[in-house]
Amino acid sequence: MSFLLRCPNCGVREVTDFGFGGELSQRPRARPSLRELSTYNYFRRNVAGVQREWWYHRSGCRAWFYAERDTRTNVVLWTALPGSEPQAATVTAADDRPTSSGGVGG
Amino acid sequence: MSRLPQQPDERIDRARAINFSFDGRTVAALEGDTIGSALHAAGQRTFSRSFKYHRRRGLFCCVGQCPNCLVAVDGAPGVRACVEPVREGIRVEHLNARPSLEFDVMRATDLFGGPFTPPGFYYKTFIRPRRLWPLYEKVLRHAAGLGVLRRSQDEREWRTEYRRRHADVLVVGGGLAGLSAATAAAELGADVVLVDDGPEPGGRMLADGGAEQARALVATARAAGVEILERASALGYYDGMVPVWQGDTLHQVRARRHVFATGTIDQPLVFSGNDLPGVMLAEGARRLAALYAVAPGERAVLVTTSDRGLEAAASLQTAGVTIVAIADLRRERRSAAEPLISAGAELLTEHTIVEATGRRTVSGAVLAPLGGGGGRRRYPCDLILVSGGSTPASSLPLQSGARAEYSQADGHFALGELPDGVHAAGELADHGGQAAVALSGTLEGTRAALALGLGDDATRQLAVDLAQRLLGAAAERSPVAIPPPVSGADRGKCFACLCEDVTSKDIGLTVAEGYDSIELSKRYTTVTMGPCQGRMCQLASVRLMGAETGQAPEQVGLTTARPPWTTVPMGALAGRPFEPAKRSAIHSRHRTLGATVMWAGDWRRAYHYGNPQEEALSVHRAAGVIDVSTLGKLLLRGPQAGEFLDMMYPNRFSNLAAGRVRYGVMTSDAGRITDDGTICRLDEQSFYVTTTSSGAGAVEQWFSWWLADWRMDVHLTDLTQALCAVNLAGPRAREILSSIAEFDCDPEQFKYLDGRRGLVAGVPCLVLRIGFVGELGYEIHCPAAHGEHLWDALLEAGADVGIRPFGLEPQRVLRLQKMHIIVGQDTDSESNPYAAAMPWIVKLDRDQDFIGRWALEHAAEQQSETQLVGFEMTGATVPTEGSVVVIDGRTPAGQVTSARFSPQLEKVIGLAWVPAALASDGAAITISDAGTTLQAQIVTQPFYDPAGEVLRS
Repeated sequence: MSFLLRCPNCGVREVTDFGFGGELSQRPRARPSLRELSTYNYFRRNVAGVQREWWYHRSGCRAWFYAERDTRTNVVLWTALPGSEPQAATVTAADDRPTSSGGVGG
Repeated sequence: MSRLPQQPDERIDRARAINFSFDGRTVAALEGDTIGSALHAAGQRTFSRSFKYHRRRGLFCCVGQCPNCLVAVDGAPGVRACVEPVREGIRVEHLNARPSLEFDVMRATDLFGGPFTPPGFYYKTFIRPRRLWPLYEKVLRHAAGLGVLRRSQDEREWRTEYRRRHADVLVVGGGLAGLSAATAAAELGADVVLVDDGPEPGGRMLADGGAEQARALVATARAAGVEILERASALGYYDGMVPVWQGDTLHQVRARRHVFATGTIDQPLVFSGNDLPGVMLAEGARRLAALYAVAPGERAVLVTTSDRGLEAAASLQTAGVTIVAIADLRRERRSAAEPLISAGAELLTEHTIVEATGRRTVSGAVLAPLGGGGGRRRYPCDLILVSGGSTPASSLPLQSGARAEYSQADGHFALGELPDGVHAAGELADHGGQAAVALSGTLEGTRAALALGLGDDATRQLAVDLAQRLLGAAAERSPVAIPPPVSGADRGKCFACLCEDVTSKDIGLTVAEGYDSIELSKRYTTVTMGPCQGRMCQLASVRLMGAETGQAPEQVGLTTARPPWTTVPMGALAGRPFEPAKRSAIHSRHRTLGATVMWAGDWRRAYHYGNPQEEALSVHRAAGVIDVSTLGKLLLRGPQAGEFLDMMYPNRFSNLAAGRVRYGVMTSDAGRITDDGTICRLDEQSFYVTTTSSGAGAVEQWFSWWLADWRMDVHLTDLTQALCAVNLAGPRAREILSSIAEFDCDPEQFKYLDGRRGLVAGVPCLVLRIGFVGELGYEIHCPAAHGEHLWDALLEAGADVGIRPFGLEPQRVLRLQKMHIIVGQDTDSESNPYAAAMPWIVKLDRDQDFIGRWALEHAAEQQSETQLVGFEMTGATVPTEGSVVVIDGRTPAGQVTSARFSPQLEKVIGLAWVPAALASDGAAITISDAGTTLQAQIVTQPFYDPAGEVLRS
């Protein structure tokens, strides 16, 4: 499992730079039954498809942000800081390249 | 010495001699030699003994693909002599032969052991009698494997550097196609990395007369900005990340497009005695002569399925090797054979080789017409050149998701459809001849750049033109014969797999036993699982499987391509061989004081300073100081800081007055205890939160996550590493602090649970008066740069009253006396505050929601099965932490989580989870500690100063 994520602050990085925070789940607002509480605490939808989830840039700016990722292919559709506009996660334009993290140029 | 006269592209420097040792003998070499070329030049013909049968093996491929020349260099096994450069003074040793290469006792398995060691023998033989298993195991362990690893730690030191390289285009393979592709993409503006595993880039050009051309291409590529990783192996394709191992560095290359130009792998033939030293791949022999001016032999017989073999033999003939006879499996007499025939070689078309004869090395080759029948002829020779076709080196593109399609014309598995982002160029993509290979490279490089959005309409047109020219340049491919799966099987062992000593007969046996699919037979015979990873044997084994099962090769199929493609040491992948250790800024003082330092998580901490019992007692009698800089320290500021803390903890903090401290226990939303610490309100909008040492990171993440989700107006700053903290405790603590503090320490002015800011020993500090170890105490936080000064000042100020530093061990005893729990030691991921004897921490009498509220409401209504309580032992034995609390003599019902002897109380005390029914003062419990039964009584109140009067003094 090796893919890239765009940290909204720092830019594109290897997935190993980040900590995974789990799929987005809604915390119960009103007093839940024991079953609802247990579902919230212990069960996940775990979809085989596009999932909205939390990531934490633990080796960088330590910000928490959302991502939408297809769990079948690990293609990340977008990332965004909470409250911000989603930014396309994968780099597609030629002039918008991931920066090299060190190393000798050609 | 079999050194040839000067060869045009030789890599050796005849003026510079190098000496090294092989099995104790000194060997003379030249700079530029490989270990293999130098040894061969010195007359060595046996380089190793095979894996199972311990048969002699000599140089075969000369390009690092087969297993025959594996040796140990300076104690490190698994080195391929044929590509490893010589260095002055290296100590080279053989592998897998005892007592020597020349006389190996294990050869007995070849002569007699056959019946005992068929494929999968370990499922059939050496099973009965079972009581001999330890003996079998010992013998087999000794016999298995190639080479011995050094045992001592410092001899095995390995340090790998990691480098993350993001690029536009990664080109794997630095031959003609790869260099062309890399240059084309780079000239269009792409950021290109090229990886090549040869002694220098150039691929086949280096040995077939194109070395100068190769160097010119390399210069052009560099000028275009290509980063070339030389002597580097691409290990695999992991979802678009290709790790490249180069010396001591692992480059993790992530490129947006991949161009594979890895070429083809020359194939051997399967015939009787095909593993004898003196049988070499024609291209391998060519390399030995062209690059190192070493004569592979004097009189050679060539067996070939294509023109490539004829060309290789012709160049060897030019170098001085006599070609005696040629068995060409094809029908027509090729023009490439003319130079050989004119020099006297006898050409036999539609013939193949059935046997290599000889004892230690080749002494003759038996050629026979294809299709059986008579007419076998033996030709005396000392070298057999084998050119059995080639197979694309397609492992990496296959790993990326490309399909393999069997090509009838070439008799091998070619690359079919490629996934998006992956390109194949050159011989790998079945282009033949210089012109086509170069065009193909340029085309794929251009296409890769176009796919990235580089280039323009002219570039697009160029790509179309190149593709057109490529079609035209597709040379009339010289015909290639498809060899029979095996010939001469009646004459002796015919090896399909050199690495694992699997013969054609073994494959027949395997199918007969029912392992008739390629994936099953691979695992049963271990074919393709050795050092060559299928380079030499995958195609051969597919043909043999097809013959045995009556299937065509495309029906047999290939086994799944898997990384690593090249043997790589575990150390290169396993990560850096050091453990990061964190030390407090005061650490050097502990060393000077002779502390016993041990790991606590990833911190190095002082466990005690020589006498833990005395240290604990001196805290109680006078004063002690402990370095607690490892505590997590978080600063929360903002208008909603108090509100935030109310949400995060089961008790309240928004009502904490400025300058006051309160203990907090954090729970998860399932109501489980996750961490504990103290919180001091600095002012209206600022709170200083401490956490456990090991929980610091987790709490910071937890807080910042909820802040991100709720978007409250709170700023979180992690001060864990920025501040030091020391705890001064004991009846004399106040007078010691007073003597160096600028503020009033009078008990009325500085009450229990007050937090004060001021200068201590001239250093700005936050001082929290808390009950850390059950005595009058002050936790002093200061900037890390002043930690040592503060420590020294406290020790000096307390010298008169007998202050002693104390470590984690005495701290443990003191806290246990007060029944302070250690989160993670006395609690686990299921413990809630009610069961852990802390019901007072949960404040349900407020309306507000907080993390864990609902779970705790449920927990409050339920009686938990077990409760955390204190106990004291009846006897003097300290039970092991983790011992089981039993009822009815043997039913486990709880466990001991902490236990220590208290010198102050002169008894053994501890904490344990016990059944709720027993959780009352004086109840008797039984502890089972590894077979021993111990008795104890429950104590529910702290063992020392239960009312906390000493703390509040």
